[in-house]
Amino acid sequence: MVFDWLKKVSKDYPKFWENYLETFENKPNVSDQKRYVVFDCETTGLDHRKDVILSIGAVAVIDSSVLVNDSLELFLKQELYKPEVAFIHGILKEGKEEKIVEAEAIIRFLEFIKNATLVGHNVNFDIEMINQALKRLNVGKLKNDSMDTDAMYQKFKGLQEDQHSSLDELCKILKVEKSDRHTASGDAFITALVFLKLKKRLAIK
Amino acid sequence: MKNSIAERIADFLKNFPPFFSLTYAELVGISKEIQVVHVEKNHILFKIGDKTHPFFYVVKEGAIGLSVTSDAEEALIDKCDEGDILGLRPFFAKDNYLMTAKAREESLLYAIPIDVFKPYVSQNADVLNFLLESFASNTRNPYDKENKGKLISENVIYTDQNSEIQYFQPISYTKNPITASRKDSVKLVAKTMTNSKIGSVIIQDNNLPVGIVTDKDLRSKIATGLFPIDIMVDQIMSSPVITVAENISIAETQMMMLKHNVGHLCVTVDGTNKSKIMGIISEHDVVLAQANNPGVLLKQTKRATRSKELKAVREKLNDLIQNSIDKNIPIQHISSIVGEINIAITKRAVELAIEKMEQQPPTRFAWMNIGSQGRKEQLLMTDQDNALVFEDVDEERYDEVKKYFLELAEKVTKTLNKVGYEFCPAEMMASNPMWCKSVTDWNKQYNSWINKPGEKGILMCSIFFDYDFIVGDEKLVDMITENIFANIHNNQLFFAYLGTDALKNPPPLGFFRQFLVEDDGEHKDTFDIKSRAIMPLVDAARLLVLSQDIKGINNTYLRYKKLAELEPQNVDLFESCADAFSTLSLFRTEEGLLNSNSGRYLNLNELSKSDKVKLKNAFQPIRDIQDAIKNRFQLTYFT
Repeated sequence: MVFDWLKKVSKDYPKFWENYLETFENKPNVSDQKRYVVFDCETTGLDHRKDVILSIGAVAVIDSSVLVNDSLELFLKQELYKPEVAFIHGILKEGKEEKIVEAEAIIRFLEFIKNATLVGHNVNFDIEMINQALKRLNVGKLKNDSMDTDAMYQKFKGLQEDQHSSLDELCKILKVEKSDRHTASGDAFITALVFLKLKKRLAIK
Repeated sequence: MKNSIAERIADFLKNFPPFFSLTYAELVGISKEIQVVHVEKNHILFKIGDKTHPFFYVVKEGAIGLSVTSDAEEALIDKCDEGDILGLRPFFAKDNYLMTAKAREESLLYAIPIDVFKPYVSQNADVLNFLLESFASNTRNPYDKENKGKLISENVIYTDQNSEIQYFQPISYTKNPITASRKDSVKLVAKTMTNSKIGSVIIQDNNLPVGIVTDKDLRSKIATGLFPIDIMVDQIMSSPVITVAENISIAETQMMMLKHNVGHLCVTVDGTNKSKIMGIISEHDVVLAQANNPGVLLKQTKRATRSKELKAVREKLNDLIQNSIDKNIPIQHISSIVGEINIAITKRAVELAIEKMEQQPPTRFAWMNIGSQGRKEQLLMTDQDNALVFEDVDEERYDEVKKYFLELAEKVTKTLNKVGYEFCPAEMMASNPMWCKSVTDWNKQYNSWINKPGEKGILMCSIFFDYDFIVGDEKLVDMITENIFANIHNNQLFFAYLGTDALKNPPPLGFFRQFLVEDDGEHKDTFDIKSRAIMPLVDAARLLVLSQDIKGINNTYLRYKKLAELEPQNVDLFESCADAFSTLSLFRTEEGLLNSNSGRYLNLNELSKSDKVKLKNAFQPIRDIQDAIKNRFQLTYFT
């Protein structure tokens, strides 16, 4: 075939990445409901070059529902470990949760998100953390569309771009009960509820 | 795999029935399959006729109202809030929802898949029982008493308020009537009728109605000598007999009787004369069926000549109240009808007493009801509170005149006691010399309450500020009213004391929104709805209308309505007080009817969860109105 050579010259990606890219090729059916994945990463710090992911929590949102049975929670083994942040997120180096290496975590994350629109609070940071991990696996960057709850709130309230709100603030304003803060899943769930409320208010399908 | 979100949901569910009957691991397992649904205020989760969802719902946050539609009107029948379950219908039926669930506030719901939960229902008796019981308690609402024990979403029977016209209620009739066969002699039939004290006999052949013999037939055909007395009854019976089916309404019954010019109808299985006899309806049944009609009761009151007859009216009034509550007539309408009949009874009791006195009243007088009777809020048989005022007379005649009226009052209160209104234990009755006096003496009395308010004086007086003219000369009462309003105008001290009194019972909820119950005595652990919830609203309304110079409105509900009209800026507050007062009165009345008492003490254990919520919702306005009073009358220094 004419195009076969094109595929050959393209870099020989690992299977998981091929699978991930494939999810973007399927034209969505009109009747398919749009799937969002709300996610959050707990990290060793805020420097995406030096810090690494400790855990990932993600949950799907379709229409006006959070699908608990379509969720993901991963704890990562880590080399870099800062004891001073452990007390914030509660993940000890040898915690009792089952832990997996970063590569496996990223593969499972990609399997989970597929082509969903990624949602998070300050989502760009979390996406960047994932992208850094992808880089270590020698594959490309995330291709998903993304939506940021901070930006959504700015739009809803007509705030300036430099007026940021923390997740805690949004929870308070939108009356989302906080608990389990500072675990990736807990934050992902709270963010999902914030997202549901903002989504309705902004009339996003 | 760990699922923190599911754990978080399980942590919530485990606090509520029936989930607390399950193990934590089971709950986490269920929670993993849950969807969290967001519903905006006024958005509909499901509506009548919608295909059932594969889920049932638990309210996590917010409130969902369940309503049914009746004659294009939506009628709220229940409100679900945190921890409440709704949408159970798919557990039991494959067809569509029978109710509409609409968010009353922005809400989050946990949608639990029916398929996931079903195994737990069949395996766990506690869960099954809870679901069954919750259906039972869900139906404990005034709309469908008949369906107690059935699931509300299974069996919605809702009687529309507007269709409440007694004429369309089925008539009750005499079942298994006495019959005769066509070959019986007229004499035998007449004897049977006489012995059984009945006015008609259905003539049957093989249990099918073939005719009827009534007093009229005996009169017109036998007594006139037209037929001999020994002939067989089928010679003189009216035939065919008019037959009807069961469940015929009062109105239809009357129409049939008029149309066929008969006084009796025979009820048969299918309504034709080719089916078995079931019973007989007479004109008397029609009259009886309307006996609960307020107009009929009023007429009976006016015609009563003895206390026994008044007592019968008052007893029928209880049925009227119960029926009206069952039929979902607003408590406010019931109160005003019952109030009118109470007044009529009192009025008649006074008239009868005057007849019994040897002489006519020596001077003009007026009989007043005070307290709850004066406010026309007395639905149940509670104490009588009344007072009498007579025209000023010369000093030398005073003792003699007072003696007459005391004697009269004694008779009236005794009659009322026989009717069922017990004597007031605090003797706040016109038969007490303290509360039977001339206009001038009453004015003095009120002035001392108003101008020298001591705690004790205020306690005594507050019910005397709710008075209602019953019979006699209304001008005397007007004179008292004028004096009161002249004296209280801008009287800050008086309002401060009345205000302090109105605040003496704080809103009846503890810090954790639990009910404050009675600590000791025979009513331990019951809730005193009268003094903890109703009286604070009554006291507040009285204070506010007095301070606004509003005359002639005694009823608490109407007082709040009037206040709402006068102060548009506070319309929400006053409307909510009016509603809360209605709700609380309804609770008290139902409790009272159930236990044949004053309904004052509610047994909280017997209340369903939704009733408790309704009650608690009625408490918020108490707090609000008390705060408003504190500010308005600057009571911070007094309390």
